[in-house]
Amino acid sequence: MIFFSPYISKPDSVAQIMLKVLLALIPGIALYVWYFGPAILVSITLASLTALGTEALMLKLRNRPIMPFLKDNSALLTGWLLALSIPPLAPWWMIVVGTAFSIAIAKHLYGGLGNNLFNPAMVGYAVLIISFPMQMTQWIAPHGLGQIEPGFFDQLKYIFFNVLPDNVTLDAITMATPLDNLKTHLHLDQPIRQILDMPVYGQLAGHGSEMVAWGFLFGGLYLLAARIISWHIPVAYLGILFIIAGIFHLLDPGHYAAPLFHWFSGAAMLGAFFILTDPVSSPTTNKGKLIFAAGAALITYLIRVFGGFPDGVAFATLLMNICVPLIVLYTQPKVFGKKDSKKGKQP
Amino acid sequence: MEISGARNDSKDIMRKLYHFHGGIHPPGNKTQSTQVAIAQAPLPSRLVVPLHQHAGEAAKPIVQVGDHVLKGQLIGMPDGVVSSAVHAPTSGIITAIDMQLIAHPSGMPNLCATLIPDGKEEWVPRQPINYRDYSAAELQQLLRMAGVVGLGGAAFPSDMKLYLNQYKITTLILNGAECEPYITCDDMLMRERAAEIVAGAEMLRFMLDANEVLIGIEDNKPEALAMMHAAAAQYEHMEVIAVPTIYPGGGAKQLIRVLTGIEVAAGVRSTDKGVQCFNVATAWSVHRALAHGEPLLSRIVTITGNVRQAQNFEALLGTPIDELIALADALPDTNGYIMGGTMMGITLPAVHVPVVKATNCVIASSEKLFPPPPPAMPCIRCTRCVDVCPADLQPQDLFWFAQSKEFGKAQAFSLFDCIECGACSYVCPSHIPLVQYYRFAKSEIHAREHDKQLADQARVRHEYREHRIEREKREKADKLAAKEKAAKLGSTPPLTLQQQAAFAELEASRAHLRQLAQSAVEHHDEVIVK
Repeated sequence: MIFFSPYISKPDSVAQIMLKVLLALIPGIALYVWYFGPAILVSITLASLTALGTEALMLKLRNRPIMPFLKDNSALLTGWLLALSIPPLAPWWMIVVGTAFSIAIAKHLYGGLGNNLFNPAMVGYAVLIISFPMQMTQWIAPHGLGQIEPGFFDQLKYIFFNVLPDNVTLDAITMATPLDNLKTHLHLDQPIRQILDMPVYGQLAGHGSEMVAWGFLFGGLYLLAARIISWHIPVAYLGILFIIAGIFHLLDPGHYAAPLFHWFSGAAMLGAFFILTDPVSSPTTNKGKLIFAAGAALITYLIRVFGGFPDGVAFATLLMNICVPLIVLYTQPKVFGKKDSKKGKQP
Repeated sequence: MEISGARNDSKDIMRKLYHFHGGIHPPGNKTQSTQVAIAQAPLPSRLVVPLHQHAGEAAKPIVQVGDHVLKGQLIGMPDGVVSSAVHAPTSGIITAIDMQLIAHPSGMPNLCATLIPDGKEEWVPRQPINYRDYSAAELQQLLRMAGVVGLGGAAFPSDMKLYLNQYKITTLILNGAECEPYITCDDMLMRERAAEIVAGAEMLRFMLDANEVLIGIEDNKPEALAMMHAAAAQYEHMEVIAVPTIYPGGGAKQLIRVLTGIEVAAGVRSTDKGVQCFNVATAWSVHRALAHGEPLLSRIVTITGNVRQAQNFEALLGTPIDELIALADALPDTNGYIMGGTMMGITLPAVHVPVVKATNCVIASSEKLFPPPPPAMPCIRCTRCVDVCPADLQPQDLFWFAQSKEFGKAQAFSLFDCIECGACSYVCPSHIPLVQYYRFAKSEIHAREHDKQLADQARVRHEYREHRIEREKREKADKLAAKEKAAKLGSTPPLTLQQQAAFAELEASRAHLRQLAQSAVEHHDEVIVK
């Protein structure tokens, strides 16, 4: 018998929430496979196994019960998000190192589930892009764009043994990301319209990658509808990104890409709905969520357009994660009866 | 934000209703106990009447073991400003006045009078009155002596809520929301005794001199709404309003907000904002007390949950709950009993404890009905608790502070604005017993404040004593010095200028010391006065 009220509770659990987030990633992953081949599934599998293994090991080292936490799906989610952030053709040990770092250092050394200050997947990403910048640029070319399209077994061979088929160079099967490509060509003083005519670009942003972004948008809308996330972070993030990109684009359309390009490039959609919305490392107050996401949008744009890295979502997330305690402290809502409402006063 | 609710009158005007933040929609489970009418519970074999059935001070027993008492006879005299009377629920013999287990989760016994009914139901003389012939103060005294307390669950003496302060009461609210799952005693009372309820409401309105009476009933009770609407039609300024069904919409402050838009903060009385709120059953008992001269002897109790026939009973106060349960026939897998609703109720320490004025509902529990929640997981700050908190708090932060025993911070984050409605615990996906943490933090803070008060008093007393000893010492020394000076002046040659200056300096420094001592004493006097 339960001894204290309330005696009833809503049938919901951390595991179910995390599972729904994993499900919401599937449309994006499916489109990823459609446009870029099944190599991403290898990364996701490797990340999943590493995440669960590291989680179990760390729980054992920390003398915590293992099964309840392994079953909460949070480690899986970290692994999936990291796998989706790095090139599928990166060598197998990179996703393993990155995921292990995410789980062991960014999650468990901070106290495990619910206690991490930083988004674990983004910490893993930051470690990889700083430590292995070369391998982190081996983005697979979408169907129809690579000079040669390697088969799945050739991709596996490359991922696990670093062996390419005869007469095939790495450059022939990989390419720069749309964001990277834009940056490089802008440095060469080419006008943006001309750059965007290159085959690597599609309707709004990168060919193929823009469709994956649509997939994440679709999944994100499901998360909103299922009330797993609130509207504050995605709306503020995409809204502010749109406004900043829009201002620059209006001022100088020759050098600054359109707002929708920024929405559908890189990790913007993944970030808006899946990364910045991580409840543990984002603010708890609604006003705080708006400020947090707006700041992340600003940093994302600055890094993309003026910074040294092709995309800025990961660093924007991490930089705003640092600000969360302060943001929360200064955005405390007024409690019941203590608001400055006219109705609350004696007439 | 505001929402509109239908005003149930012929004019068909939409009344503007207001919205409070948060709230949840747990399964109601009310229909089980509304299938049959309120039944009169048979006279039990014995009645155990606690002398402390209300908020405030316990009543003082004024009968002795062996006394024969009549139905309605005063057996407990109100004792203290906030207190209420207790009566013999039927005629019979007082066989014991001793400590008995009562419906308190602590399992601590309390003073009770045990009465063996003689079966005659012999009344004391009853004196029905016309309330319009009496002053508000006289009516308050009558209600106090009739043992009328809030029947919504808090059992706060009703007379205390009728004292008027400097603010004019514009609105009297009658609370028929009954938002907690399972409980239907108010619903059934409104269906069956609407006329008496509105008559009682009119009496309360008269005492408060309020301009209007708003009767708020959740829209999941269409029968009660219809009956109350029909009964209220004859009174001017009385309106029955369907309010949205949402937990905890029946909390007094939440209902006041919904009906008037006024938010009454924690620690503030609603009367300061011109509003007073009574439960519908309280209005009914006010009517019984004044129009029939009958003190509060019984109440409606919902018996539901893991029973074969859930039903409402009119039970005498002091009826052992197990006798009511037997009437509803608890199922064999029953593993305990809850008094109140499933959101804020308490676990009964034993099923034979007596029905008291606060006993609105008893729910038989079973493993199947209320399965224990899975083990708690860490908080992931998902803020579902924030979304449902009717007090606009940040429950996840309060939990964090309570867990780490940072009670000062918990207080700074408005811990004491928490009404312990349990909505946060209900939605928590990590199954953290949040309300338990808040109760723990509150009790720790109260205990520490109490300790600190005692320590402060002791310290002030000690310092005062030290100052007194010091002052007496100085006064003695001053007197001695004065004597010596006088002696010197009398017998020795006049002082040189240098000596005079030295004396003057000495005097000045003494005067300064005296001043310091004086001001210190005064300061501590102030502290003590405070």
